[in-house]
Amino acid sequence: MQSPYLAYSLLVKQLKQDKTGFKNIKLAILADFASQHYVKAIRAALISSRIDATIWEADYNSIDSSIISEHSELYQASFDYVVLIPSPHKLIKEFSHSSSPAGFADLRLRQIQHLLEILASRTRSRIIFTNYQELDDGVFGNYANKTAQSFLFQIRKINFGLMQLAIDYSNLYIADAESLYSSQGNALAFDPKLYVHGDLIYTLDFIAILAQSTSKIIAAIQGSFKKCVVVDLDNTMWGGIIGDDGIENIQIGELGIGKAFTGLQNWLLSLKNRGIILAVSSKNTDSVAREVFEKHPGMTLRMRDISVFAVNWETKVDNIRFIQSVLNIGFDSMVFLDDNPFERDIVRQNIADITVPELPEDPAEYLFYLQSLNLFETASVSTEDAGRTKQYQEEAGRRELQKSFVNEDEFLAGLDMKAVIKPVDSFTCPRVAQLTQRSNQFNLRTVRYTDDDVKKIMVNPDFKTITVSLADKYGDYGLISAVFLEKKSADTIFVDTWIMSCRVLKRGVEWMVLDEIVHAALESGFKYIDSEYLATAKNGMVRDHYKLLGFEELDASGKYRLLIENYLPGNNYIEKTGDYVNNKRSIKGSY
Amino acid sequence: MLTISEVLKEATEVFKDILDNDDIKLSPETTADDIEEWDSLSHIQLIVALEKRFRIKFTTAEITSYKNVGQMAESIVRKSAK
Repeated sequence: MQSPYLAYSLLVKQLKQDKTGFKNIKLAILADFASQHYVKAIRAALISSRIDATIWEADYNSIDSSIISEHSELYQASFDYVVLIPSPHKLIKEFSHSSSPAGFADLRLRQIQHLLEILASRTRSRIIFTNYQELDDGVFGNYANKTAQSFLFQIRKINFGLMQLAIDYSNLYIADAESLYSSQGNALAFDPKLYVHGDLIYTLDFIAILAQSTSKIIAAIQGSFKKCVVVDLDNTMWGGIIGDDGIENIQIGELGIGKAFTGLQNWLLSLKNRGIILAVSSKNTDSVAREVFEKHPGMTLRMRDISVFAVNWETKVDNIRFIQSVLNIGFDSMVFLDDNPFERDIVRQNIADITVPELPEDPAEYLFYLQSLNLFETASVSTEDAGRTKQYQEEAGRRELQKSFVNEDEFLAGLDMKAVIKPVDSFTCPRVAQLTQRSNQFNLRTVRYTDDDVKKIMVNPDFKTITVSLADKYGDYGLISAVFLEKKSADTIFVDTWIMSCRVLKRGVEWMVLDEIVHAALESGFKYIDSEYLATAKNGMVRDHYKLLGFEELDASGKYRLLIENYLPGNNYIEKTGDYVNNKRSIKGSY
Repeated sequence: MLTISEVLKEATEVFKDILDNDDIKLSPETTADDIEEWDSLSHIQLIVALEKRFRIKFTTAEITSYKNVGQMAESIVRKSAK
């Protein structure tokens, strides 16, 4: 199988690339060996993720002292990342002088924890600790596994202890040198001559592999990671062609080379359970392909596991674009799996940022090749991740409905949208604060409020608040919009905050909200609604928001005014099931 | 069997590639002093690249003892003949 990693000499050639527009980060590298090659390699590897790293390299063999000394250069600049690469060869030297070999790992782990505490108290850097290649000193043979006196026992214990520390310290990440080393093997990863002559604990090519793997941790923390796998069906998801071979003859499970495809499906299911979205794109008849997911006893994946099922006779490119629009994620966070080199090329040519692995010819290799690519590096895993599939299935249902209507109004009417409109209360307060903090696009003034701020606004008589929760026949969006109105004078109320989740764009929610604002203003006897658009790098989509809603532009600085008696209600298709003044009414399409 | 001049010709390509300098032309008398980019760091890269190119292995003593490119080329000729 082809190695997913660049050899050192090729990797460092990337250093010559133009880095304009790349994200800048500061990296400190502390190593127990001559790390100059590693420094070059990781800088080059980060370039692949459009990151331009400024790197400070600690003196050779000074991990502990660089961290302990208050005057260390480590604390002169604020580094985004501190990468630690200790040497197993140095460790074995210490071990051979240890007075209590059986307690060696515990002692070392306590020292490491101490260093972590110091780093955490002095910096806000993220720490990437490269674990130890599990060097076997050959002193005990296999018996090393049966005695705590062996170096192998102790070094494995340290690696395991590091994993536990990484769970306890949220800022600590582990670069898994050991697993990379064991996949490459001694012959490729270690050269005694380079160790003795140049104090290199790994070969240049292994240093390149380690750097490329570590750079993925950094890229993931910086927000560059995969969210979705789009899978072809015939000869990718199962062996054979469903349209020709029929459901009894496709290879899955026990039949033919079905084991290869079942293995891949099991892996995809594990990815899905971790929060990766699965989608299907295939040239097939929908009902024929669907039947396999519904009825074939050997299938691991079922319809409930697939977020978007794009099976039709359109092109893969069109279907991937459709999937992307449903999921509302970047192409750079998508992976496309297809056995057909021709389809892969067309997708690559038309969708620049998508990742399309060059699947091996033999399906038996698919799974192992994909696993070796480390495509799914992540910086965090949350419990919400697992619920994502359902949310996107709902969205896919809406898109299907939209496709079947030419007319936007018919589509909106067909959604059966229902809204609950209420002032902020103690239940919705945290969510509203979160919206003010996270919304960047549909946010007119981008004022950020904490929980406490929102609580104060709730009880301030000069403020009125509106929240909207929306549901339609496909599912519940939850609380998706919030407005804060502030009394400015006897006749004028000001829209301090107007935010909305982008998931409900083009649903007519803004018209309904404006109607609520007008009602609230009228009720208190105001004549004017003043408002303001404050431009940021991200809220360009609402630049003309107030103009479109019929506000008069007061000046070029983004100030607007609505004379309430001139207000003309717009159309919308949302049924209200509770509103601002709490007098239940049900109005549909009557704004 | 490879000749010294064949080794020098191929080694020149390796040096050009690794040191990123197309003006390099190796002769038996060339030493690290003659090539600006040839420092202790790139020396390791050169050794590794030459080993890959000629499918040979240097020993630790060898890589620290060559006085010039000629000696290294002779050693490559000997090793690749085995």
